[in-house]
Formats: sequence, C-alpha cells, structure tokens
Amino acid sequence: MGALLADVAAWFGDSANWTGAAGVPNRVLEHLQYSIVPILLALLIAVPIGAAVGHSGRGGFLVVGVANGMRSLPELGVLTILVTFMSVGLLPVTIALLILAIPPLLAGTYAGVSNVDRAVVDAARGMGMTEPEILTKVELPNALPLIIGGLRTATLQVIATAAIAAFVGVDGLGRILFSGLAVRDYTRMAAGALLIAVLALLADAALAALQRLIVSPGLRTSTSSRRRAVVAPAQPEQLPQSRSTTPEPELARS
Amino acid sequence: MIDWSWFPTNAERLVPALGAHLLLALLPVVIGLIVAIPLGWVANRSRPARAVLVPVAGLLYTIPSLVLFILLPGILGTQILDPVNVVVALSVYTVALLVRSVADALAAVPGMVVAAATAMGYRPARRFAQVELPLSLPVLIAGLRVATVTNISLVSVGALIGIGGLGYFITDGFGRGNTTSIFAGVILIVVLALVFDALLVLIGRLVTPWVGVGRKAR
Repeated sequence: MGALLADVAAWFGDSANWTGAAGVPNRVLEHLQYSIVPILLALLIAVPIGAAVGHSGRGGFLVVGVANGMRSLPELGVLTILVTFMSVGLLPVTIALLILAIPPLLAGTYAGVSNVDRAVVDAARGMGMTEPEILTKVELPNALPLIIGGLRTATLQVIATAAIAAFVGVDGLGRILFSGLAVRDYTRMAAGALLIAVLALLADAALAALQRLIVSPGLRTSTSSRRRAVVAPAQPEQLPQSRSTTPEPELARS
Repeated sequence: MIDWSWFPTNAERLVPALGAHLLLALLPVVIGLIVAIPLGWVANRSRPARAVLVPVAGLLYTIPSLVLFILLPGILGTQILDPVNVVVALSVYTVALLVRSVADALAAVPGMVVAAATAMGYRPARRFAQVELPLSLPVLIAGLRVATVTNISLVSVGALIGIGGLGYFITDGFGRGNTTSIFAGVILIVVLALVFDALLVLIGRLVTPWVGVGRKAR
C-alpha cells in the first residue's frame, strides 16, 4: 500500500496531469458542468411539486412510492439506455442525471412540508395568512432541513453517476479513471477515484455549510436526512396499548 | 426494442449471473447487520461514541461506490477483479446506513418499557436481546430495506470494472449495441430489488406481529 500511495502521490505531482484538456482542472470543470445543470433543473421541478403535494396532502403515497422505487433503478442502466436511444453526448447524460436527482429532492421536499407541525400551520392560517403565504413563509422555511437533505442526497448521486457517465462516452473525472482502466494503469485509476471522492466530499460539505447558513436557528435540532435517507417511515411504530388483561408484573426474580 | 427470444437462448448465462448478483448484494446486508447492531448499541449508550460513529458513517456513505470498488484493492491488497472488493464496499455502506438506524431505533424505545424490563429482573444483555432489539425491529427493517434495494442496484456498478452479476448484461449490451441485453440487466435488477423489498416487508410483518394491533383495537 505504501508503494501505491507513493505512485498516486507521484501522479498528482506530475505537472503533465494538470494541464490541457485531460488535466485535472479541466476534468473537474467538466464534472461540475455535467453535475450542476441537472441539479438545478431537478430543484426547479421537484421542489414545487413536492411542496404542492406536501401542502395539499394529496398524492403523498405516489411521491414516496416513486422515490423508493427509483432507488432500485441502476444508474448504469439509466445511462446506457438513454445513450443507446439518443446518441453519445451531453444531452442523454444530463437527462439521466436529472432522472436520478429528482426523487430524493421530491421526497425530501414532500416529507419536509408535510411534517411541519400542524399547530404551526393552523396558527399561520389563524393569523390570516393566505395558502400561498403559508406555503412560502411557514411551510417551506420549516421544511428546509429536509429539502437540503434531499439536495445533498441528489448532489452525491449526480456526482457519482457523472463519473460513471465516462463509460458511455463523455469526459469529466470519470475519464481519468476509465482511461486508467483501459490500460490497466491502477495508479491513474486510483487518482481518478480519489478526485471523485474529494469532489463528492467537498460538495457535501459545501451544502452542509449552506444548510447551517440558511436554516432558521429555531430548527437546528431537527435531524437533517442524510444521503438516501429512509423515505419509509423512520419513526418507530407505536407500542400497542397495554390491555386490561396485563398480568401482574413479577416483582422478585432471583 | 426487446427481442424476447434472447432470454431463453441466454438463460445459461443469466441464471449464474443472477445468483452471483444476489450473493454480491445480500452477503453485505448480512455482514452489515451483524456489524451494525453492536456499533449501534454502543452509539446509543455512549455520547462520545455516537459523536464519532454517526459522522464517520455519514462520511463513508458520501463516497461513491465506483470509487470504493477501485480504492479497496489498494487498501486491502486484493486484485481489482476480486469480488471481495464489492462485498467489502457494500458492507461498509450497509453498516454506515444501519448504525444510525439501530442507534435511533434503540433511542426510541420508551424508557418506561426498559425500566419495566429492568424491574422484572432482566439483565442488560437479556433485556437488549429480548426487549430493546425486538422493539427497534420496525426501524431496523426499514433500514434493511433501503440497504438491500441500494445494494442490489449498486452491484451493477461493479460490472464497469469487470466484476460479475447482472450488470455485465448492461455493459456488454452497451458495447455490442444490444438493447435487449441492456434491458434484461436493468429489468432483472429492478425485479430482484422489488422482490427482496417485498420479502423484507413480509418478514417484518411476521417478526413484529404487535405492530398495528393497538391501532386496530382502538
């Protein structure tokens, strides 16, 4: 492992790997470019739908069902099918990443909005707020931790899948990894893998910082959902009520 | 789009791939569960342990699967084509997911129940096995469902570096322009995930017969 670390360090130290179209900076830029567009589009699509469903309470089972069902869809399959039926290029990759980014955001927004304390919503209504006001001024701010949780999940999914997209013909950091794979150059593969991991960790850290900045201090204690958060109910089921026939507890047991 | 005659002619390849896929996906679920229960117990008991375990689990979960499949041979000293890499990587994800589930589930066991069990003479170990763990099963099974479905889907990524399973039909089909092969891989993976998800729901109902009883009675 020591030799490998030295090899990988040497790869990063080689200035040839930092310049030109195949250099690290350009690959990082490509990777960000592939990732940002689908994430922004997914925000534009998923947040309004999730908020509407969460606010009205109708169609919630559909949102949760779709989000859970999408988890089983292999990202490699989505990419290869779209590229096969469209063409090699950025458009099918963007659509594939969008398809993968929508469910966690949709589920996060829906869960966030529908879990806002009913008493808070009733209070807002009692104060004379209109329904759109309740949604934008009360429910969405309260839902922010879960919405950003969904955004973090979606972002990780997109960055990871954008790396896989190099297999279907685009570039980005995945290209470093796959070009290493093609010639059995493990050092280059490991360097590419490390770069992807660092990008994912940095993106997640940036979103965590954003969360700390924009979530109301009053909501600090609420748990934010992590990547691929359990959309199925995370609350433990209620214990059955004790019945009248409960036997007397044994008092002493040696 | 899909040539149905492809399936019978390729059954000889499909069936072993299906078996390999299941083994690569489900073995990590079992390993992950066995490792996560004691870790979750520790995380629930001690605040410092939780302060370490939960963020580390989150960090591990952040690493993309392809990255882990490629870095693990360097860390473990295995060959890049060794299926052990996939098993270890998916076990890591399963543990990362379940540690939090187990800790949260144990924390949610009502204090009264624990106190009642203690008063009835349950020692901590037996109380954990017979009272606290069974009561946290619903949350644990919710976590297991996510881990199982995610693992079944993630094994396909292994095909990119040449590790078997159903993902091979996706990469091979893509290479040959054979859409039937791609769809076969994707559809079988999704069906497997749905079947095992349903199976876990069923197991969940069987092992927690008390869930929902109180609600119906009221």
